[in-house]
Amino acid sequence: MSPILGIWASQNYPRITNSYESIATVNVTSNTATIEFTSIPSTFKHLQIRYIARDTSASAGADDMFMKFNAGASATYSWHRLEGNGTTASANGSGTEGHISLSAAAISRGGNASGIFSSGVIDILDYQNTNKNTTARALYGSERNGSGSMLLSSGNWYGSTNAVTSIAFTAENANSFVQYSQFALYGIRG
Amino acid sequence: MPAGSTYSTIATTTTTGLQSTVTFTGISGIYTDLILVGAFATAAASSLNLTMGNGAIDSGSNYSWTYLRGSDGTANSSRGSNDTRIFSGETNTANLQTNIIIQFQNYSNTTTFKTSISRFNHTTKTAQATVGLWRSTSAIDRIRVSAPSDFSIGSTFTLYGIASA
Repeated sequence: MSPILGIWASQNYPRITNSYESIATVNVTSNTATIEFTSIPSTFKHLQIRYIARDTSASAGADDMFMKFNAGASATYSWHRLEGNGTTASANGSGTEGHISLSAAAISRGGNASGIFSSGVIDILDYQNTNKNTTARALYGSERNGSGSMLLSSGNWYGSTNAVTSIAFTAENANSFVQYSQFALYGIRG
Repeated sequence: MPAGSTYSTIATTTTTGLQSTVTFTGISGIYTDLILVGAFATAAASSLNLTMGNGAIDSGSNYSWTYLRGSDGTANSSRGSNDTRIFSGETNTANLQTNIIIQFQNYSNTTTFKTSISRFNHTTKTAQATVGLWRSTSAIDRIRVSAPSDFSIGSTFTLYGIASA
């Protein structure tokens, strides 16, 4: 018989770390077409976005989420993804897009059972470096008890070497993010 | 911009004997997200399973999962529905160092079901990414990882909390 080990959170005091800081959080309270972080400080080495999301689509399933840097800037993006949809593993991508697409399952659709939200973590690496194109990677998924997908993806903003100062997210088919969706932006010092 | 304890250690445990479960309880709701990092081995070939709950670990068929993995030289995907656990990985070699990182976003809200995403690595068997769903709107105040064939001595699991602005 193996023992069960219980650990009380209160037994350990939080250890303060200053290398990972919260920059801003968007808690969606009503239908919102675009989630945007602006005036991102230049004091960090990397950025991380952690989110849960659901949109206004009336059907079941999941939607793509589009990520764009420095809204309004002329830009070209590419992306690739590796997906497991519960049956097969597959890959897809595009080299000429107006955004990085977190495709297939980044946002749970509003037609799914109440309470189902997609979840993801997006890393934007070396976002201040003006000598190279900014790249991003993401781990995200949508699980709906009988359907769903898990994905790893990468994206590149090859149209610019500008430092990233803003990040905008939109949903496929001009759907809006619904209440309780949450996007939190963090900075990681180098 | 706030500075300070954005990313904090909540608790760490290291196994001192063979045991099939490690459970973190009493998780407060003061954070935005949780991250569970495991560096472990199993005493024999085993699945790695995730469950959670509020007040008690939910042992009902309220979980589902979908994974993407490379295993034994092949990329594949599978799912489980109405399951009693989130299947998060699989080992085939005893006492081989293995790791897993599990992300729990917005774990303490009482409105949404709880979706977790994880990465699992066991070099002789599987690299796996999993999305899991716990169909409950309860806040998560306890998390359990289990290996039916037991965790080896010296396995460590650390739970971190991330607090957003």
